[in-house]
Amino acid sequence: MSTVATEAASLPSRSQAPLHQRKKRWTRFILPTYTWLMILYLTLPVFVMILYSFNAIPVQPVRQTAKFWGFTLEWWRDPLGVAGLSEALKNSLSIAPLSAAIATVIGTLLGLALGRYRFKGLAVVSFIIFIAIAVPEIVLGSSLLSLYVEWPSLPVIGALAPAIGWATILLSHISFSIAFVAITVRARVQGLDRSLEDAAQDLFANPIVAFFKVTLPIIAPAILAGFLLAFVLSLDDFVITNFTSGSTFTFPTFVFGASRIGIPPQVNVWGTILFTAGIIAAVASVLSGHRRDKA
Amino acid sequence: MASEGATLGEQEPARGRGGWEARRRRVPYWLMLPAAIFLLILLVIPLFILVYTSLQSGGVFSGDFAFTWNFSNYTDQLGQYQEQMLRSVVYAGLTTLLALLLAYPMTYWIAFYGGRWKTSILLLILLPFFVSFVIRTVQWRFLLGDQGLIFGPLKDLGLLPDSFRVLATPLAVIAGMTYNYLPFTALPLYVALERIDERLVEAAKDLYSSRYEAFRHVVWPLSLPGVFAAFLLTFVPATGDYVNASVLGGTNTTMIGNIIQEKFLQELNYPEAAALSVILMIVMLILASIYAKVLGTEDSALAAGATGA
Repeated sequence: MSTVATEAASLPSRSQAPLHQRKKRWTRFILPTYTWLMILYLTLPVFVMILYSFNAIPVQPVRQTAKFWGFTLEWWRDPLGVAGLSEALKNSLSIAPLSAAIATVIGTLLGLALGRYRFKGLAVVSFIIFIAIAVPEIVLGSSLLSLYVEWPSLPVIGALAPAIGWATILLSHISFSIAFVAITVRARVQGLDRSLEDAAQDLFANPIVAFFKVTLPIIAPAILAGFLLAFVLSLDDFVITNFTSGSTFTFPTFVFGASRIGIPPQVNVWGTILFTAGIIAAVASVLSGHRRDKA
Repeated sequence: MASEGATLGEQEPARGRGGWEARRRRVPYWLMLPAAIFLLILLVIPLFILVYTSLQSGGVFSGDFAFTWNFSNYTDQLGQYQEQMLRSVVYAGLTTLLALLLAYPMTYWIAFYGGRWKTSILLLILLPFFVSFVIRTVQWRFLLGDQGLIFGPLKDLGLLPDSFRVLATPLAVIAGMTYNYLPFTALPLYVALERIDERLVEAAKDLYSSRYEAFRHVVWPLSLPGVFAAFLLTFVPATGDYVNASVLGGTNTTMIGNIIQEKFLQELNYPEAAALSVILMIVMLILASIYAKVLGTEDSALAAGATGA
């Protein structure tokens, strides 16, 4: 766009105005159309996943094919009919809530410490959180594997070494979730009006009561957000799990392993189920958010 | 930050009083004690063990490694896997650039024209990410396959030559990574753009700047922290990625992540794998600290904060 055109457009002359308007009306549709196309692009593989959970594959062994043979509900009727799948799902669905809950407690306390106090060592702690987020997952995964491999040979605490599998996956997931919960809570604590808590302390004269009656309800949305984030991160984690799971599988590592020879349609069924659950949770949180705004 | 200043101010009268204030000063340490223990054992110590492992030597077949300050692991690996390292950086760089180009117009529109639907549209963008990224990447294999859902019909219609292929080429890996890391790019961009006061743009227009000039001189500079956060959050994980290369790539698209994964989990050659990991970590930390120096650590939390919001 040249400056001449600009000046012409912004001149307060009446004859120019409609021209400018018309041009504006046409270009107005570019960005929204683009955005919706992008959303379509992002959702495309999800549509494929859902569609192919109904694919009537006639060949044995049953693996996803590019060809769509027709509709069937067979895989939906027998969603666990693949060796190892139910075990992997059980691991994923037990590790995700447990690691998220533990990381939320630990991370919330850390977020409180970071958000409202200035203390010696703050820089060190901030740096460690920075590392937890800025280091590639593959490095975190390989360092955790090094720990689990070396742990049994360490003096004194060697006997406490967890067996590589469910326990090491859980520990690893807690470890990488803490930083994300802490940052989420810290952001909320920093925006907190401290005079509220001070007023409460003046009235109750007990910091612990003030914390539970005033601070906790205010930061509750951030704690919930932190929990959900940790839950999703754990449920979807592949790289760190792949390094720390030994011969145990979670849903993502099962899918990856299966993808070498082709994924069974039941994987798409479970993908669709988890996706639907995610949508319901998201819609519920948006609706409850609206209600909170109105109240 | 303003809140930190306030907290500082509050600690001023602390010195005058006795036990109560001393106890109060200990509060943050108690609060972060569990996290400190946990992160020490499961983040800091493992990174030291990784470095320790990387300096070991010994037989791969016998499986017993000994610590010998074996720095040759580093020089050997750097020499042997130059190609894969360079490829990882190039792929990750292209991925980041593509993701930025794709995400910017979209987040710009949502932030400035989304109105009351902002959150809902943002949610639509994040919706696919309720599905495990491994599943979505596998679906791209079917979409991009030689006789797949996109190119199959085009080839049948004669619009593409039969020899045309995307799967198992660098293009497929970069496309897959761009797809997978797009939300990591979009979120910090959105947060930065959403923060911009629209009145500034209007002021620029009042001062006779065109929409382009208003963008160039007001919106773009103010969105730069988001661009840098997006760069960091896309480039760093993309460099270490190996899922896209193993699902969508071929033999000539091996990235450094694939090598590390193979050495650690299949060859059980821990020292060499650890050396490669440490190299990757150091490069990424240097990049991240340059970023933190330039923009301050507060902004590096930008995207993580956005994900939680």
